[in-house]
Amino acid sequence: MAFDEMRLGDGGIRAPYLEVANWLQGVTSAQLERRRAEAELFYRRGGITFAVYGDAQGEERIIPYDIIPRILSAAEWARLKAGLEQRIRTLNLYLADIYGPREILKAGIVPEDLVWRNPAFRPEMAGLAAPHGIYIHIAGIDIVRVDGDDFYVLEDNARTPSGVSYMLGGREISIRLMPELYAAHRVAPVENYPNELLATLRSSAPRNATNDPTVVLLTPGQFNSAYYEHSFLADKMGIELVEGSDLFVRDGIVFMRTTEGPKRVDIIYRRVDDAFIDPLVFEPDSMLGIPGLFAAYAAGNVTLANAPGTGAVDDKVVYSYVPDMIRFYLGEEPLLKNVPTWRCRDPEHLRYVLDHLPELVVKEVHGSGGYGMLVGPHATGADIALFRERLKADPTNYVAQPTLSLSTCPSFVDNGIAPRHVDLRPFVLTGADGIRIVPGGLTRVALREGSLVVNSSQGGGTKDTWVVEA
Amino acid sequence: MLIHVRHRTRYIYDRPVHSMIQALRLMPRNHEGQYVRRWQIDLDQDGILRPGEDAFGNVLHMLSLEGPISGLCITVEGEVEMQDTNGIVRGALEKFPAELYLRDTPLTIADEAIIDFAKSVAAKAGGSELKILHALLAALHAEIVFDTQQTDTATRAIDAFKMKQGVCQDLSHIFIACARVLGIPARYVGGYLMRSDDNIHQEAGHAWAEAYVTGLGWIGFDPANGICPTESHIRVGAGLDYLGASPIRGARLGGRAEKMEVEVTVANTYQSDPAQQTRWSQPTAAIVQASQQFQA
Repeated sequence: MAFDEMRLGDGGIRAPYLEVANWLQGVTSAQLERRRAEAELFYRRGGITFAVYGDAQGEERIIPYDIIPRILSAAEWARLKAGLEQRIRTLNLYLADIYGPREILKAGIVPEDLVWRNPAFRPEMAGLAAPHGIYIHIAGIDIVRVDGDDFYVLEDNARTPSGVSYMLGGREISIRLMPELYAAHRVAPVENYPNELLATLRSSAPRNATNDPTVVLLTPGQFNSAYYEHSFLADKMGIELVEGSDLFVRDGIVFMRTTEGPKRVDIIYRRVDDAFIDPLVFEPDSMLGIPGLFAAYAAGNVTLANAPGTGAVDDKVVYSYVPDMIRFYLGEEPLLKNVPTWRCRDPEHLRYVLDHLPELVVKEVHGSGGYGMLVGPHATGADIALFRERLKADPTNYVAQPTLSLSTCPSFVDNGIAPRHVDLRPFVLTGADGIRIVPGGLTRVALREGSLVVNSSQGGGTKDTWVVEA
Repeated sequence: MLIHVRHRTRYIYDRPVHSMIQALRLMPRNHEGQYVRRWQIDLDQDGILRPGEDAFGNVLHMLSLEGPISGLCITVEGEVEMQDTNGIVRGALEKFPAELYLRDTPLTIADEAIIDFAKSVAAKAGGSELKILHALLAALHAEIVFDTQQTDTATRAIDAFKMKQGVCQDLSHIFIACARVLGIPARYVGGYLMRSDDNIHQEAGHAWAEAYVTGLGWIGFDPANGICPTESHIRVGAGLDYLGASPIRGARLGGRAEKMEVEVTVANTYQSDPAQQTRWSQPTAAIVQASQQFQA
């Protein structure tokens, strides 16, 4: 039986959920259904859709929104926040280290091949000083819990995490559609996220920028699955949304073409993957990037957020070393737990994993989005047999973890209100002036009964997340 | 031996170019057996070459030009004092441990055919890494037909291997792919070769591979010639593949179609005579693959 964040095993209600439990007593399914329909209309009108990769039609869908909010107490949030700050400080130090003096490798804490042979490690970044030493300006760290005490980090997502528009959209819906419930709580605001993001980006300007640096958001364009989010964030921050062809580099400086002539650009919040940002350095056929951008970055004339090569921490084997990194760089014990991880590259670990496949979750080392994974307890015999072969053929490409009994939250589904498994993606912002995290984040919910996969591409939905003062 | 190099790259555009930017890896560095006496890069356009160094230790110049530009000519000219080192590379600027050079890249990734080939060569050769690498060098030199028509700068090792044809770039990529399959770090080197047949006029620079042998360090292998580099091989750029060592990577705005002509002369300084100097002005123009174009 999974830990339910509202209802205790003995039927009692956990303190943060007292108001929600009351409200659920008084509300009818018809009322909930009406609100759900209104929420869907809100998303549809707003054009908040996403494209599912691997879907033959490439069709745009609306991510289902569950209107029952998820509640975290201020005390729970304070613990989580401290852990996230510790984690992101460490990950930034690790990147500065592997692209710099490589102390952690010399100390033998992280095996060298996890750097040198990691496809997301960008050799081109070695020896460069990232402006202010910041590599990961924006992280979407996935958190799960299995009981009332501990938070586990599932993934660090240091490349270009998406989903923040769903966090903001969800809050808008809560306030509009459930004013009475919202008013009954003191909910910490998230609406200031765009301002916090802008402040973070501005603080990260190169040292030779003016006091009023120019920030732009670089998108791959309208065919990208997260284009809505790019345009939404640029709009909320009041910055230009640009594509590669809107920018150019001259003598190591990045400029934006404007009707008043070229304008210098100091900070690029880029939602274009590393491989495509500069055809002179990376993928030569890329039309999405800006030729010469990397040289401008190397010269310290522009900040890229996130820096190229941050994916080197997203590797799931590297993940398993983060607690050691925290001890190495900060001399502290990790505040957030790591999910125990078997590294299939280790023959003993592999043997254990092959012997216990039906109870484990097996993931590709570089996988994301819930693709290419095996959830043992929910898998068919054929799936397990397939993964057994894959593991034997290419063990270094996999890790395995115990199947966590993710916590559940009350959710409104077809047959009424029922517990469904959730995770949480807080958005952690790191600027030259400190770390900012708006309270809460994006709660993702596996709406299919019993499902543990919360990814939107796999039938997951979202919920608003309320951090409430007692 | 003092080797004189002249390398001219000329671009001619159908329409004036609005602006262009290029990354140039055209300057050799010193290491054991290679001492650069003098070397310069000249442009026929007003522009600043911003010198720097890439992550692999190559000299990198960035060039930005504002149009209208109807053509561009980049001339590299210099003299390098060379000594034979039996192919062993010592004293070069090394920014990474050898293990980095086990990484795959799209141009050098192996497929089943290359894996089978590499493993069978290794099994037959047996013995040390060095022995295996020499066997690989000989096998590729014998197996792949040198042909300038079938491949271009974007051809992958797996495609060239399938065709069993290619130029020095393709042979080097295949060699690198094979070495990495066998767990031997390998990298791509671009540079110049003074040919032994007195043919000092060439249509392109040269390329070969280097492999890291435990105990010996980096050793050059020139699969196009089936030999280890000699005092005739001037080493300019090194990287994971051609793209990392590419002499010129550029992008431009406007200009429509482009024609690129490359002339290279490599000669023993004391051999160059006035007759050859005059031949320089009427070279056979070799139109090679246009540099990649970037259109807004």
